[in-house]
Amino acid sequence: MREMIVSELSQAVQELARGFAHYLPRLIVMLILAFAGWVVAYVVKAILRSILRLIKFDRLSENAGASQLLNKAALPPATEVLSRFVFWVVWFGFILIGVSVLGILGLQEQIGKFFFFLPRLFIALFILFFGLLAASFFSRAALLAAVNANVPSPRVLSLLVRSIIIVFVLSIVFEEVGIAEQTMLVAFGIGFGALMLGLAIAFGIGGRDLARHFLEKRFVHPKKDESEDEFSPL
Amino acid sequence: MRLAEETFLTDDFVRQLSNVGEVDILVGLPTHNNAKTIGSIVKTIQSGILRWFPRERAVIINADGGSRDGTPELVTGVSIDDVRRSSDLHALRTLHSITTKYAPSPAGQAAMRTILSAAELLQAKACIVMSPESCSVEAEWISRLLQPVRNDGFDLVAPTYRRHKFEGLLITNLLYPMSRALYGLRIREPYAHEFGFSGRLASEFLSQNSWDDGAGGSGIELRFTLAAIRARHPICQSFLGQKDHVEQRGADLVPALRETVGPLFSALEPDFPVWSAVVGSQPLPTIGPDHEVLLDLVRVNRKRLRAMFSSGVAELTTVFQSILSPATLVELQKVAQLGEEDFEYSTELWVKTVYEFAASYHKSVINRDHIIQALAPLFRGRALAFFTEHRNGSGEDVENAIENLCLEFERLKPYLLQMWKSGE
Repeated sequence: MREMIVSELSQAVQELARGFAHYLPRLIVMLILAFAGWVVAYVVKAILRSILRLIKFDRLSENAGASQLLNKAALPPATEVLSRFVFWVVWFGFILIGVSVLGILGLQEQIGKFFFFLPRLFIALFILFFGLLAASFFSRAALLAAVNANVPSPRVLSLLVRSIIIVFVLSIVFEEVGIAEQTMLVAFGIGFGALMLGLAIAFGIGGRDLARHFLEKRFVHPKKDESEDEFSPL
Repeated sequence: MRLAEETFLTDDFVRQLSNVGEVDILVGLPTHNNAKTIGSIVKTIQSGILRWFPRERAVIINADGGSRDGTPELVTGVSIDDVRRSSDLHALRTLHSITTKYAPSPAGQAAMRTILSAAELLQAKACIVMSPESCSVEAEWISRLLQPVRNDGFDLVAPTYRRHKFEGLLITNLLYPMSRALYGLRIREPYAHEFGFSGRLASEFLSQNSWDDGAGGSGIELRFTLAAIRARHPICQSFLGQKDHVEQRGADLVPALRETVGPLFSALEPDFPVWSAVVGSQPLPTIGPDHEVLLDLVRVNRKRLRAMFSSGVAELTTVFQSILSPATLVELQKVAQLGEEDFEYSTELWVKTVYEFAASYHKSVINRDHIIQALAPLFRGRALAFFTEHRNGSGEDVENAIENLCLEFERLKPYLLQMWKSGE
């Protein structure tokens, strides 16, 4: 009986040792990959930070309005945020490759999904950044044009342009990352349609006289406006 | 002639130029739907050539931007015989008139490039460009613009005019004083639509100007003047007479800023070594007076100007925060609170505003066209201050005010250099 217990115990220890010996190289490979990943991620971060500083990404981000968002969230400048983000993505990717070497069942599929998702995430971020940039550019263009044309409430017009572009960009971003695609599509359709209908009604009812005045001035009898000046800037 | 110009000009136009051969005088006439005025202008030009240059080989080059009102036909249809009969003048040489169409966009650049290319191909000694809109053009203008080039060796003849005291405020309050302070030459009309130049300057500008860049499309006349200054060509001014009272609406201010201030700010970047070394300014040789002032009454809606200035300052605060220094912005906000009667936009504040805009344009703090557009409401404020201060002033008062503004631009030039270099 005693011999049988000892035999079973020694067999269990041997199996444990065999199992450990079987996993140890993989564990070492995983640790090596994690370390190598950290080094690669650090180098990538440093290179990216230099490139972003060279192309004055912070200024671009300021123009896009992204810097203001980061400031409000007490985050570092856009260059730092993006380079840190890329650092973590690269390192996390290496760690996942290392984990996949361990051969744990069920994890392989999740890791595969993560790597499949990564390009979409980057594309979504790219669209988001340039969408914010476009929103900032066109809203400023609308503001300047409205101010110089003496249109009432130019900031409202500018905000409207910015909002429409941001909503449009967000709907594309959510679709790209696959978050609530249908919901976002329907919400965007309803929101955008309601906005346009609201504007059409508002202009139709509130701006009849304005529209008539504009059309008459434009197409019927171009009359001299008493408010205009008799001097040329050139 | 270089390949670029050969391919730029149409085959038919090159054939017509080849038939003309070499010329002594070339008159460039850029047009676009100018049927109302072009006939009389061509007659005046022909009359001027017959009267002042009867022995010279001359050609009129009409670069048309696709007129639909028969402008090119009117140019070629004006018979020299009519002018001979009416003025009893006789040319000893043939006076050619050639018309060609240029690509519609960018208009000013293409027209100028066509005229300069023709001047180079025909090896013209002296050239002038005439505005197709001017109703007050006289035959003497041809002589006044060509003689300094033909006889006195000048490469550029800039015009001076008799103007109303409130006409051309963008020129008198920004373009002239700033270009004078930066480049050191007192050219009253750096952005002119009538000017004379030598064939040598035409060839040089043709080869050096970057015709394909985005900025090349606007303000080509100003770029031409700045190129002549930069290359230290001999420049003089010639008094032409009364400039037409061209009625332009306030809404046209933004295109006017794009045509003038845009090219000026844009030129400061490559010209930094030139203008940063200049101190003070020099007068130019001038034929006739360098200015004359008219004092007729004009209608100015000061209430509207003030409202547009104040609302501009209030609505564009976020834009100005990117362009202006905090101190200047605070000063502008104070000015925006002033009433119509006591409104004052001081020369120092105006010069600082313009210099900060120029530095921000250089640094591209926001889109450059947006920077130019953002200047419009502030210019309205400056214009209002000028009206308020000088509405009862004499021509001499106005001239003194412009001179003081020029000196202020010169005095504050180190401020521009400081702003220019800050953050680099």
